[in-house]
Amino acid sequence: MKVTLKVWRQQSPNSAGRFETYPTPDLNPNMSFLEMLDVVNDDLTRQGKEPIAFAHDCREGICGTCGLSINGRPHGEGRGTATCQLYMRHFTEGQTITIEPFRAGPFPVLQDLIVDRSAFDRIMQKGGFVSVRTGSCQDANALPVAKPAAELAMDAAACIGCGACVASCKNASAMLFVSAKVSQLGLLPQGQPERHRRVLAMVAQMDREGFGNCTVTGSCEEACPKNISLAFIARMNRDYAVALLKGE
Amino acid sequence: MKLDSKIPAGPLEQKWARHIAENRLVAPNNKRKYHIVVVGTGLAGASAAATLSELGYRVTAICFHDTARRAHSIAAQGGINAAKNYQNDGDSVWRLFYDTVKGGDFRAREANVHRLAQVSSGIIDQCVGQGVPFAREYGGLLANRSFGGAQVSRTFYARGQTGQQLLLGAYSALSKQVGAGAITMLPNTEMLDLVVVDGQAKGIVARNLNTGKLERIAADAVVLATGGYGNVFNLSTYARNSNATAIWRAHRRGAGFANPCFTQIHPTCIPVSGDYQSKLTLMSESLRNDGRCWVPKREGDKRRPQEIPEAERDYYLERMYPAFGNLAPRDIASRAAKRVCDEKRGVGESGLGVYLDFSDAINRLGLETIKERYGNLFDIYHEITDEDAYGTPMRIFPAVHYTMGGLWVDYNLMSTIPGLFVLGEANFSDHGANRLGASALMQGLADGYFVIPNTICGYLATQKPGSCPSADGEEFQAAEADVTARIERLLGVRGKRTITDFHKALGRLLWENCGMARKRANLEKAIREIPGLREEFWQDVNVPGEAGNLNQSLERAGRVADFLELAELMCRDALAREESCGCHFREEYEEAGECKRNDQDFAHAAVWEWQGEDKAPVRHTEPLAYEFVKMATRSYK
Repeated sequence: MKVTLKVWRQQSPNSAGRFETYPTPDLNPNMSFLEMLDVVNDDLTRQGKEPIAFAHDCREGICGTCGLSINGRPHGEGRGTATCQLYMRHFTEGQTITIEPFRAGPFPVLQDLIVDRSAFDRIMQKGGFVSVRTGSCQDANALPVAKPAAELAMDAAACIGCGACVASCKNASAMLFVSAKVSQLGLLPQGQPERHRRVLAMVAQMDREGFGNCTVTGSCEEACPKNISLAFIARMNRDYAVALLKGE
Repeated sequence: MKLDSKIPAGPLEQKWARHIAENRLVAPNNKRKYHIVVVGTGLAGASAAATLSELGYRVTAICFHDTARRAHSIAAQGGINAAKNYQNDGDSVWRLFYDTVKGGDFRAREANVHRLAQVSSGIIDQCVGQGVPFAREYGGLLANRSFGGAQVSRTFYARGQTGQQLLLGAYSALSKQVGAGAITMLPNTEMLDLVVVDGQAKGIVARNLNTGKLERIAADAVVLATGGYGNVFNLSTYARNSNATAIWRAHRRGAGFANPCFTQIHPTCIPVSGDYQSKLTLMSESLRNDGRCWVPKREGDKRRPQEIPEAERDYYLERMYPAFGNLAPRDIASRAAKRVCDEKRGVGESGLGVYLDFSDAINRLGLETIKERYGNLFDIYHEITDEDAYGTPMRIFPAVHYTMGGLWVDYNLMSTIPGLFVLGEANFSDHGANRLGASALMQGLADGYFVIPNTICGYLATQKPGSCPSADGEEFQAAEADVTARIERLLGVRGKRTITDFHKALGRLLWENCGMARKRANLEKAIREIPGLREEFWQDVNVPGEAGNLNQSLERAGRVADFLELAELMCRDALAREESCGCHFREEYEEAGECKRNDQDFAHAAVWEWQGEDKAPVRHTEPLAYEFVKMATRSYK
């Protein structure tokens, strides 16, 4: 099969970007989307052109590095998959596919399809942890956790930090990302001592980074490759309100 | 090259405690005067950086990813071993130690492995303390599952995402320290050389991958936790960007490279489907708890699996290894799959595949239970192959997954260059010639949380506080000049062949000659051909773009250039080891299809010393003395 790509090209953070159109070489429908880009890049290189820069690493949907908006949707069509888990068999012969970087103010473009998501790290550094020192913990089974709570915490912990939630949101809100960590730790006994401090600090940093607020459209949940639920945002809002009332 | 393993004296059970008690310490008020640079932020690197920083050392951590949380430890699915004996099924530190030594086919260092088993329990405590959401039973206590090579259930897990959860735990500890201003974190930064001053590792040269700027980082000690080198094969289960550059550059600066030919081929991966493929996807070993491996009994049987009656199926693992059945260790299961495919009984279009069948388990336990246990893995399989594994058996085939070889380290995890420490998969120390499932996560975190904090102090205590050299020193400038020259050389070729082209050619050469089965003639052929490919690379590779900005082609070219050197060393090592052990199967040394070890001549780690670009490396040995365990023929029958 062959398709036509309309790709965002941008040399550097401060240069102007533009769309460029490339016909692809012959493709195999069993290729992954990123393998298709590999083939296109080798083709461009052979023609003496600059290959398209795109972020990727594990190529099995867990590292969170890859993130492309495909035909306007972060990670493309299909629920619960990252860009690297998208296969060419989902496209049709001759189709034009538009590929853009994740668009959001707090995610500046570095080159072509690569954006800077370091804002997420800075939010995590404000409170996305339990302050335990290595070697100071008691026996693991001294702290029973009810199975439903552990399972729900795991649902939240599955977040891969890709930023699709932000890119899909008209307000570029990072609430789904932040609430996933706040909920994971808030659901577990280990997270209780810092529960209030954590939610206040992480939300404050989220605001400082310029992420917008949540208006509950649910687009983030729709785009999330790990199906993180919108309900975690409600949980975080509750925690935030309690923390405001009780203080740290 | 002097290889002093520095194993503490005394009974096995007391070695580690005694070493901690007798090791020199650094006083709390002096710790902040020492600067440690940690390269890599996977399980080993992130846990080491966080813990060393908690102790009070000044730490700089670098990783080539855009954030520390992306390291490939994140992709480990199945679990982490620990000798907790929560199941009351006969587990103990001794049994975990013994299983690991036996699993490694008696080619690992006893004292290191025993220490690993001893600290395993503390890792689980630490991770639970951080809020890692391990699987639990209804009573609220931790759940376990079984893994290959063990007859007890000692594997802790978080669905099929154990590596992710453990890494996010270590990343959270790292973030806590970065937030407190105690760690300088440099993402998008790749180490390109090691700086050695007066025979000691005192810093690195690294490239900022976003700007192309080179950084010289001086330190009192350097910790490498940069993972394995399986991407030398091009196709593997590694992340696309995993590479050997940091350890290879350290090797060229004098660090001994141990057992480079020990590569783990994982039995349960999705088979190769085409030439465009960029990576292979692992299906967790945990699937072998309920899945049964089989192929048709008849050669060239092309019927659909459902049409092949029970009597005409060969459940080859159960037949060959009745005691462990489908849970035979990885090297053995992989070789068995290769053997049945060599007999032309393989399945799928290419004939390079075997079935992993869940129909018995679904009949016994119900579809819902299987979905609950492995749902995400079945989903991944479906996405990639477009097949429904609930209705038809999965097709799987072995793929490169892990490297047991790595830089040689002593009991303190220090390489042959004083001041250079190597952790996790990047070192060679604990898995011998084959690693058991769920032991990589254990080793990475053991090294980072518990071993290095208790051993690095012994070295630092020999260094005067505040004696760290300046990054403007002569050695740093020389190393930077080397790096610049190499980048310019890569960009200057402007040849015709793509980097991918060379990587694929190297991968094929290595897979065919130094893969699951090896023999003298093939290894000699590869050793003759690799230098030619390398030369062609430097004459005809096309690396577009410039050095002074983000340039993914340049990054990849440097890594492939290093693979082209490392691959030759792997073949030399495989050729020199004239025995079969664990993953290293030399066709000349076998007995009824099983490995035939030669303990008389090869009960040692082979440690290679770099001699220069056009000179053959020198092979040294560290004898492996088994004081506490009797070396036995490894049997899973």
